[in-house]
Amino acid sequence: MTLLFQLTFYLYLFVTVSYLVFFVNQNKRIRTLARNGMVLAAISHLAYTVVRFLVVGYTPITSNHEAVSFFALAICWSYLSFRWRYKVKNFGVFVSPIIMILMVVSSFSSQQATALSPVMQSLWLPVHASIAVLANSFLALAFCGGIMYLLQEREIKGKKFGLFYTRLPSLEALDNLNNHCLTTGFTLLTLGIITGSLWAKQAFGAYWQWDPKETWSLITWFLYAAILHQRFTAGWRRRKAAIMAIVGFLVVLFTFWGVNFMLGGIHSYAG
Amino acid sequence: MQANNILILGVNHKTAPVEIREQLAFSGDDQLPLQELLADTGCSECCILSTCNRVEIITVSSQPAESAGALRRFLFGKSGLSEEEAKKYSYLHQGDEAVTHLFRVGASLDSMIVGEPQILGQLKQAYKIASEANATGAILNRFLHKSFSVAKRIRTETSIGSSAVSISYAAVEMAKKIFGDLQGKVVMLIGAGEMAELAAEHLINQGVSQVVVVNRTFERAVKLARQFNGKAAGLDELIPQLEHIDILISSTGAPGLVLRKDDVKPVMKQRHNRPLFLIDIAVPRDLDPELNNLDNVYLYDIDDLQQVVDVNKAERDKEAARGESIVAEETMKFSQWLAGMEVSPTIVELRSKAEQICQAEITRTLNNLKNDLPDKARVSIEKMAGAIVGKLLHDPILYLKSEDRHNIDRSQKLAVVRQIFGLDQDRAEPSSRDD
Repeated sequence: MTLLFQLTFYLYLFVTVSYLVFFVNQNKRIRTLARNGMVLAAISHLAYTVVRFLVVGYTPITSNHEAVSFFALAICWSYLSFRWRYKVKNFGVFVSPIIMILMVVSSFSSQQATALSPVMQSLWLPVHASIAVLANSFLALAFCGGIMYLLQEREIKGKKFGLFYTRLPSLEALDNLNNHCLTTGFTLLTLGIITGSLWAKQAFGAYWQWDPKETWSLITWFLYAAILHQRFTAGWRRRKAAIMAIVGFLVVLFTFWGVNFMLGGIHSYAG
Repeated sequence: MQANNILILGVNHKTAPVEIREQLAFSGDDQLPLQELLADTGCSECCILSTCNRVEIITVSSQPAESAGALRRFLFGKSGLSEEEAKKYSYLHQGDEAVTHLFRVGASLDSMIVGEPQILGQLKQAYKIASEANATGAILNRFLHKSFSVAKRIRTETSIGSSAVSISYAAVEMAKKIFGDLQGKVVMLIGAGEMAELAAEHLINQGVSQVVVVNRTFERAVKLARQFNGKAAGLDELIPQLEHIDILISSTGAPGLVLRKDDVKPVMKQRHNRPLFLIDIAVPRDLDPELNNLDNVYLYDIDDLQQVVDVNKAERDKEAARGESIVAEETMKFSQWLAGMEVSPTIVELRSKAEQICQAEITRTLNNLKNDLPDKARVSIEKMAGAIVGKLLHDPILYLKSEDRHNIDRSQKLAVVRQIFGLDQDRAEPSSRDD
């Protein structure tokens, strides 16, 4: 099991480094390596998660190690699903480092499996948690898209054509990416909150109990709802949308981690 | 075949001014010069490439030293230039140098605008004429085909031809960077001018759906609009129209600004912040430089576009360096092939290939039979196989060795034998190695 995790880790490392090298020297062979490496990493990561599920006996998403690793897995698969439908030049270069950072965080956390409290031993755990993490992964992709947009726009607007101008896709393509990832992410986020509250009703008898994680999820939800609403009505497109995607993701990260460490509550990872 | 038998004599934009080049140029599809050339210069194969930037004669000759002088006299015959001058303006490449030169020419590494795509078509056309006139043989056929595939390889493996190197194309490139696809976009033209019209034309070729022409005099607007199959509008309609357009090209002769920041700011709200690409190619400028500070408005003046061109040129030079290393690699491969175009290496290759096949088959047969055969029978089988191979090869080898008066027959013969026995297969075309 640890071996699989290490394999995955080094595969991601390989992919990230290859992508960065490709980004600088534009050697297409290296890109092919990186792309294939990404698929391999996705498979090996999935295998690791399944094996861990079989060994520990529950969906591995409850400790910090598991949740972060699951987050990375979700980003990787969301990215692949996105790649399969759309082509965005050099997107992988920006996504792979984020996965890598998550993997580093995950590998430094305790990999000990812990016993679950009775509340957690529910079918809702895999449903609620994986939807929520998947939502976060699409919002992470939107974050990458936002960064790429701002980098590209800075060079186009400032007329200083440096590293990014030729390597990044058109602003239109980046805006579409942003749109797609935000809407998918927002839909999943909504589903995540709904499943969470159904579970809470079943476990604690109330749909909502203002647990810090719940509160922050709601804040996140309102933020993204506002972004999308403004996008469709007042034309918060492109630059503003890109900035908001970045801000939104920072809030997501706080909801994902910050809340556990600073505010506690029932969502705290057992580990 | 000796590599040194390949000769290229020519002039190009770097060695000779246009007044000289135009005197030397050959007209399009004339076969006559090719026939004369073969008759007068002792060359066995030839091809003439004549474009506005270069005139080159590509030949194969068994007496390269004599042919070189004759070629120069042939090329400069009509011009009346002295031999001294002819030497000064022209270059002569021989052997590997000639191979490298033609590969570079075909791949547009030697062009005035590096990476421009026309030269390859011109080279193909030149080859077509030469081969129709039966002026090319085994060597030039392969040489020219190789130069086409090298050019293609460089085009696919480097991005030498992918960026804009003129102002009007730079405008298109920027539009694509902003809008992605130009399908369905609307472009507005204020004023008229060669460069603005050229840019509009490029944009239409890229899928822009509608052109709106604005002019101080409505008649001129109507006239220009008809040319682009578009719509005409008066100057007073300029600002209301801004809501519906995506790209604006301005090139009026007006002394002051035509469009200010405050004119556009309210329009952006109506546009729901859809981006607006403003191109100002007028001097003095038509569009307020402050416009670039508006969100989702991109303003490019002529200097900015020139900068795009400069960046792209620099990028091309970098890609050209990668192209050069591909040329070097391919030159080496071609020289190897040329070296093989001699009688004795061909016979050696032929024998060793036959020997290999023979050995492989003997081993397979004897392994299958295992222990059913006495040793004596094994030896007999081996001998028999060897004899069959030897006798089969006897005639082809005699054919190769037979003396001929003319060199052309020998290279033709070599090419035929090598092709029949598949001796060049492992060095076959790497034509479409896309990834």
